[in-house]
Amino acid sequence: MTRGRSPQRAARRRLTVFRAVVLGLVGLFFLVPLVSMLDFSTRSLRTGGRTGAAWAKLVTDPLLSGAIVTSVVLAVLTVVLMVVLLVPTMIWVRLRVPWAARPLEFLCLLPLTVPPLVIVVGLKNVVLWLNYLLGDTPYILALLYVVLVLPYAYRALDAGLSAIDVTTLAEAARSLGAGWATVIVRVVVPNLTTALLSAAFISIALVLGEFTFASLLNYDTLQVAINLQSKSDAQESIAASLASILFAAVLLVILSVVSGGRRRRSATAAVRTTAVTTGTPAPTTPASAGRKRR
Amino acid sequence: MTTSVGAGRTGVEVRLEGLERHYGATRALDGLDLTLQPGELVALLGPSGCGKTTALRILAGLDEPTVGRVVVGGKDVTNVPANQRDMGMVFQAYSLFPHLTAQDNVEFGLRLRKVDRSRRAARAREMLELVGLAHQADRYATELSGGQQQRVALARALAIEPSVLLLDEPLSALDAKVRVQLRDEIRRVQLEVGTTTLFVTHDQEEALAMADRVGVMSQGTLQQLDTPQELYAHPANPFVADFVGLMNRVPAQVSGGRARVLGADVATLDGSLADGTGVALVRPEHLTVTPDEQGPAEVVDVQFSGAVSRVRLRTGAAGDGAEGAELVAQLSGSRLRGLEPGTRATLGLDVDRVLVTGA
Repeated sequence: MTRGRSPQRAARRRLTVFRAVVLGLVGLFFLVPLVSMLDFSTRSLRTGGRTGAAWAKLVTDPLLSGAIVTSVVLAVLTVVLMVVLLVPTMIWVRLRVPWAARPLEFLCLLPLTVPPLVIVVGLKNVVLWLNYLLGDTPYILALLYVVLVLPYAYRALDAGLSAIDVTTLAEAARSLGAGWATVIVRVVVPNLTTALLSAAFISIALVLGEFTFASLLNYDTLQVAINLQSKSDAQESIAASLASILFAAVLLVILSVVSGGRRRRSATAAVRTTAVTTGTPAPTTPASAGRKRR
Repeated sequence: MTTSVGAGRTGVEVRLEGLERHYGATRALDGLDLTLQPGELVALLGPSGCGKTTALRILAGLDEPTVGRVVVGGKDVTNVPANQRDMGMVFQAYSLFPHLTAQDNVEFGLRLRKVDRSRRAARAREMLELVGLAHQADRYATELSGGQQQRVALARALAIEPSVLLLDEPLSALDAKVRVQLRDEIRRVQLEVGTTTLFVTHDQEEALAMADRVGVMSQGTLQQLDTPQELYAHPANPFVADFVGLMNRVPAQVSGGRARVLGADVATLDGSLADGTGVALVRPEHLTVTPDEQGPAEVVDVQFSGAVSRVRLRTGAAGDGAEGAELVAQLSGSRLRGLEPGTRATLGLDVDRVLVTGA
């Protein structure tokens, strides 16, 4: 038996080593540029030591700090619009108009197939109208960004909706007295939190990284500002890039922690349930015993 | 505690009148009339696609009849939306809200009815006790077994003191042992709260064991509505006979209102059958098998299963047109002696329990 096991153990060890090597290489691939960016953005070019001047400029430079605020507000606006537009629509289609599911999917995935450049050129006239109606504000971009994030948000929400039996849950809630609004707000949405979070985070990451729309329509968002700044102050633009990458990474970590936590909860739950004797009636409590006697 | 299970409550009468449900050219329901007496548990039994679930969903308000009325407690509710019908429902699929604990699931309907917090909690506790799960109140659906989930769903449906309880194959997703346990449990709870209940199932054993009356459905209409005993003893037609319990179909020779079945003389029920060949429906337990060297039948197979066993037989020439028919007899253990594959035997018949119909 021991003879049979040791080659297996060796194979397992080889696999572990292989995994570590792959993980290390991939890690280096990602880490080296990041570390270089950190190194470059904190280097003091005159004295040769370290300085946080470039990072401080993220807040003090009006162009950059203004652009950061614009981008963050845009991200929030986009997420709000996306949620308001997509969540009720998708739930409603699932529950009441299932035949519209395919057309809706097609419509939502369509932006993926059209290059951003084409979208911008096509929408230029619409934006002019929006400028005329709403004033010349960069927040108009949120309306375009909703279209941009549609495919990704749709995919995330669709996965979430597929994971729960929406129809049965809705019917159960309705039989208990819930109207359609209550069904959506109190039954379906609470069970979509992970999907909603991932749709939101993907949208935020996309908006923070978007360049084409903003640049061609002449609005100073974060990426546009970084690009402008790189021509005058390379260190500052690198600091801004690194900051936005780190921010997106933090979002993703939060997402995986949240969804991982959910999975863990149900996993431990599954372990616990096996310990519970399935289906056997509980020992009769005094109250129910009293009822039986009556 | 202000609310108490079944305190002074009696069920209401439910009438389904001339229900039809058309899907394009097909008719899921084709003129269903059904009245549930107050407090009664009626099971709708039938093969899949017979319209039983459609009937239940129309009663729940989750589907609309093309033609017909739904009357609950004397009131026409045909056009009342599902969320205003005041009906508790347990589904075939697990339907607990995953983001809520068992307790919160049971409280859900009460919360919508703006019952205040303490009464809500007390009522939910009481319901969970009723289904024997008070000690699991703070668990989530994923932490409960299938049987437990369906119990909580039952508690949730009953917590709102519904006028009607609807059970849509609540047991079919469970394994056999839990199914029997929960079946008895549901019946006990239903008798205790006295709510008029419609139960839909394709499992005849379930229907016979639980229901006050069983309605057998086929192709959108009710074939027979009767107590389980009546249904089993006196099926109204061959479909019912076939669907409720195992039935042997034996060729019979009809003449002058009598029939010869396996060599025995049997009265036909209505006496109006035309002379010629008919079919006799014989339950396995109404057949006796005696080992006999010269017997016309041959044992094909013996299936031992505890107290009663099943014997498969092939009939031989007896001059009644039943040559070569395959029959199943159900015998208790002691009657099994001397029977093994290849044994020749004579068949006896409980002539009072045989239904003869036209071929």
